[in-house]
Amino acid sequence: MIELKNLSKTFFTTDGTLDALKNINITIQDGDIFGIIGMSGAGKSTLVRCINLLERPSSGSVLVDGVDLGTLGNRELRNIRRDITMIFQGFNLLMQRTCLKNVCFPLELEGKHAKEAKERALELLEIVGLRDKANSYPAQLSGGQQQRVAIARALATNPKVLLCDEATSALDPKTTQSILSLIKEINERLGITVVVITHQMSVIEEICRNVAILENGEVVEQGEVSRIFSAPRSQAAKHLVFPDGEETLSNRKDSHDVLRVIFNGSASTDTPLIAKMAVEIGVCANILYASTKSVGDRAFGSMLLSFPNDGVTAARAADYLRTLNGITVEEVR
Amino acid sequence: MGDLFSQEVLQETWDIVVNDMPLALWETFYVTVLATLFAVVIGLPLGVLLVVGEKDGILPLPKPLMGFLNVLINVLRSVPFLILMILVFPLTRLIVGTIVGTTASVVPLVIAAFPFVARLVESSLREVNPNIIEAAQSMGASPFQIIAKVMIPESVPSLISNVTIAVTTVLGYTAMSGIIGGGGLGKIAINYGYYRYKYLVMLIAVVILVLLVQIFQSVGTRLAKSTDKRLKIKQ
Repeated sequence: MIELKNLSKTFFTTDGTLDALKNINITIQDGDIFGIIGMSGAGKSTLVRCINLLERPSSGSVLVDGVDLGTLGNRELRNIRRDITMIFQGFNLLMQRTCLKNVCFPLELEGKHAKEAKERALELLEIVGLRDKANSYPAQLSGGQQQRVAIARALATNPKVLLCDEATSALDPKTTQSILSLIKEINERLGITVVVITHQMSVIEEICRNVAILENGEVVEQGEVSRIFSAPRSQAAKHLVFPDGEETLSNRKDSHDVLRVIFNGSASTDTPLIAKMAVEIGVCANILYASTKSVGDRAFGSMLLSFPNDGVTAARAADYLRTLNGITVEEVR
Repeated sequence: MGDLFSQEVLQETWDIVVNDMPLALWETFYVTVLATLFAVVIGLPLGVLLVVGEKDGILPLPKPLMGFLNVLINVLRSVPFLILMILVFPLTRLIVGTIVGTTASVVPLVIAAFPFVARLVESSLREVNPNIIEAAQSMGASPFQIIAKVMIPESVPSLISNVTIAVTTVLGYTAMSGIIGGGGLGKIAINYGYYRYKYLVMLIAVVILVLLVQIFQSVGTRLAKSTDKRLKIKQ
């Protein structure tokens, strides 16, 4: 389990001080795939570097399985970093070593025998599907292949935690997909806890179970991905879930009542909801916005409905919709 | 100019070339290689210290020590080689036992070249992608492991290029050391060309020096390219 407690980080620059992280509290359970999402400059990279203490927090503590990393000496810290490995946006492979030697690298650092290291490295290259590239150099590989080698390298020391710092941001959508599937497979097969840093909501949707939304160095919202998708509370979360402007629609200054209808991934999507409501209670809704997404293994979606603001229609609709299974209704205005 | 190519001059020049040039060429070669070798032995660790010992480096060293190293290197690099040769006479005598001769000229050459090599090594190591160093740190590499397994191996092509520059510079210096009795092509050029007005001999010595630089440079460039695995064509 990873616990970040009251974590803050302040940088002192020539332009004054910069509070990169402010009082962060996050708990990540073993075996989870935990996402940390935010825009550029939100502090994501600093935050992930605090987890393995590449960056020392200014205050607060980082506990991994109950051990406060801040109290460890250099040697102990280096040992614990073998349990918390990392992959990067730029892959960061050693360019003058073959793929095989790159995967051997962390094992060499541990002092493993060359032969043993080589066997293990080949095994790992097999897992990431690049055994045939063992003797190629990174410059001969595509970005996606390089990231696979980096993943193999990160797994070499049998870590408990894998930190992914924008690991797919430099890749095309299709390659991103395959790398994410690989990360998910590793999480399921090896039980490794994964922390994913990203600015792309699609990455969170694809693999994360829990997520924290970071804005200006603060966690503005955190929880299960399905919950945040169905009912984002903070402005930042709404912006991420509805990037194409649901907010502007619902904030329109006209004289309508607006309800948000949220589908929580049950059978109700099969029902012609709006038509049924019109027939059964005689309320006609105007659809302002509708979107459905597949999050995790379930389908989710939300809809914005507008009603005449006579004070009763919207309320009747809400009451009716609330009687249905798998649907949440929120009064937007 | 007519005298330059007279039968007599040509015969005399030919004799010098045949009798003195082979030894001079060998002396120049061996002094250059030996001096560069020593300069690298001293300059490489020094260059490493300059990079890792910085405030934000992987092994921050005390500020006064870093300041001292920087000043020492700058001072040694600012003294003209001609003056430096004379200044280090006591040290040369201490190490070699004499201040004249080919072997004695290695000492001032090393003193002049190692600060230069240190700066070249420094610039090579700074080219290493800091993200790769960070990745090594994230895998639990110690500062020494980062130096030995990341920084130096990753910058080998650049180090070879820079050492080649050092070799050609040292080669130029060896010619100057002819003045204090260091052997080699420089001595031939000065003794025959300058003191005894045998310009043709001087010209030949210079041409051979130019050819040596060309050879060292081509070998160095080829070696740097062939060791750089980033340049491999995609399969």
